Amino acid sequence: MLYRALRYCCFLLLLFCGLALSAQTVSSPQLADLQRQVTEARGNADNAWMLVSSALVLLMTGPGLALFYGGLVRKKNVLSTMMQSFAMMAIVTVIWGIVGFSLAFGPGNSFIGNLQHLFLHGVGAAPDLDYAPTIPFQTFMVYQLMFAIITPALISGAFAERMKFSGMVVFLSLWSLVIYSPMAHMVWGKGGLLNASLGGRFPCLDFAGGTVVHVTSGVSALVCALYLGKRKDFPSEAFHPHSMVLSFIGACMLWVGWFGFNAGSALSAGSLATSAFVATHFAAAAAAIGWIAAEWILKGYPSALGAISGAVAGLVAITPASGFVDPMSALLIGLIAGVFCFIMVTKVKEWFGYDDSLDAFGVHGAGGTLGAILTGIFASRLINPIFKDAQGNATASGLIDGNGHQVLNQAVGVLIAWVLAAVGTFVLLKLVDLTVGLRVKEEAEVQGLDLALHGEEGYSLE
Amino acid sequence: MTKLEAVIQPTKLDAVKEALIAIGIDGLTVLEVRGHGRQKGHTEFYRGREYSIDLLPKVKLEIVLRDEVVDEVVKTILKAAQTGKIGDGKIFLSRMDEAIRIRNEERGADAI
Repeated sequence: MLYRALRYCCFLLLLFCGLALSAQTVSSPQLADLQRQVTEARGNADNAWMLVSSALVLLMTGPGLALFYGGLVRKKNVLSTMMQSFAMMAIVTVIWGIVGFSLAFGPGNSFIGNLQHLFLHGVGAAPDLDYAPTIPFQTFMVYQLMFAIITPALISGAFAERMKFSGMVVFLSLWSLVIYSPMAHMVWGKGGLLNASLGGRFPCLDFAGGTVVHVTSGVSALVCALYLGKRKDFPSEAFHPHSMVLSFIGACMLWVGWFGFNAGSALSAGSLATSAFVATHFAAAAAAIGWIAAEWILKGYPSALGAISGAVAGLVAITPASGFVDPMSALLIGLIAGVFCFIMVTKVKEWFGYDDSLDAFGVHGAGGTLGAILTGIFASRLINPIFKDAQGNATASGLIDGNGHQVLNQAVGVLIAWVLAAVGTFVLLKLVDLTVGLRVKEEAEVQGLDLALHGEEGYSLE
Repeated sequence: MTKLEAVIQPTKLDAVKEALIAIGIDGLTVLEVRGHGRQKGHTEFYRGREYSIDLLPKVKLEIVLRDEVVDEVVKTILKAAQTGKIGDGKIFLSRMDEAIRIRNEERGADAI
């Protein structure tokens, strides 16, 4: 008994001596190494969130948007509609990798980037300190790619059920280069005319793409709808969604994916990402309620289509504001967007009579414009100190913060987006119309594009 | 031989089927159809426009019967499918020239 206790004590003594001998004071190189490891760990945390966000945004296109749009068209056109989104996933990726990214985010002039990153030259593991200092530049590139993919895919909602696949591919590929990359550069690129964080001449607050993604695609959609003309038998025939179930699933995927779209635009995994996440969610909820309420009052009953459309409208409107506004402002923005887009899609569309088949303009164009302007009102430095004075103190962001002038800057950004999208789209449509052709023949439209263009049926239930 | 075609409410299909089995009718063909008689449809509201839906889902039964049992079958279907409201449907009877069993090429009343 005593022998065992003694042996135990000797062991402890030896252990203590060993520890005492090995303990040293921390030297300078060790401290530097420790700091490096901490920085690396933080960077890995940001990178993990950003890779997840990239995946979420891609999910928004495939299958989110594909399902949402696919369910809204007639059965005979479901595959062709989904193909339009899917084609963007493939084609825009290649264009972006080769030259699109460089034109958007390469240093250049106020309007467009240069070819410094042609073939993704210089885009590797090292961060770009201006854009996103804690994540690899390659992560930033692939995240932005997912935005470049979904933007042209949104336009397909305007020309659904009557556009040639070949014409669509050429048109949207050119669109990505001529309209998306320049707009992205102006708002987010180094030296961009509208860049709020990198010293643009007209700093336009656009956290995740209200102008870059929604206004450009929405306005382009309107031009496409007007240029291509109405679908055969519209509006005398009732074109019902062939599967509200698919659209519902797609819309819910869009809601969840949007967390990657907005909260990921913080380009880090810290509290700003949380703030954008919360604002996004609250706006979606309030907008769904707004649309449903408007529908209930004006029509007599709420519909599933109205509910999901409302949520999407709110998500669109909060996109530019998500990283600048507090949750209560987000609720208000969402509510306004829900009601506003409901009116755009029911009353305004009917007054003018254009056939924007899936309401790409009514929701994205109008909702994006509204959201961009409201950002100028509700942006607060308490959420995101985006503007700083010479000493580095935060100055007022939006109207409620004391900077009413910001609304004008927002209007400039919106106006540029409108003009670039409208003019650019018209020119590209004309070009493609004269070469490849845009609209399918009437027999194909009657037969259905799935069979006519792709030789397939969406459902062969045997 | 008589061909009986009955257009009934979809909700009445199970009741009619059970009733026919109970009186010994084995052969039956069921089709899902759309149509209307004097029953009006309903209006739907989609993206700001009203559309009236005229064609309503119905179920059609087709049975070929020996002439002797036609009256009993008609009574049975009427009892099972009737609600008294507009939209109950109709029964049509016509002459059937021939019936042939594919399995063994039997003809006539034996094939029904």
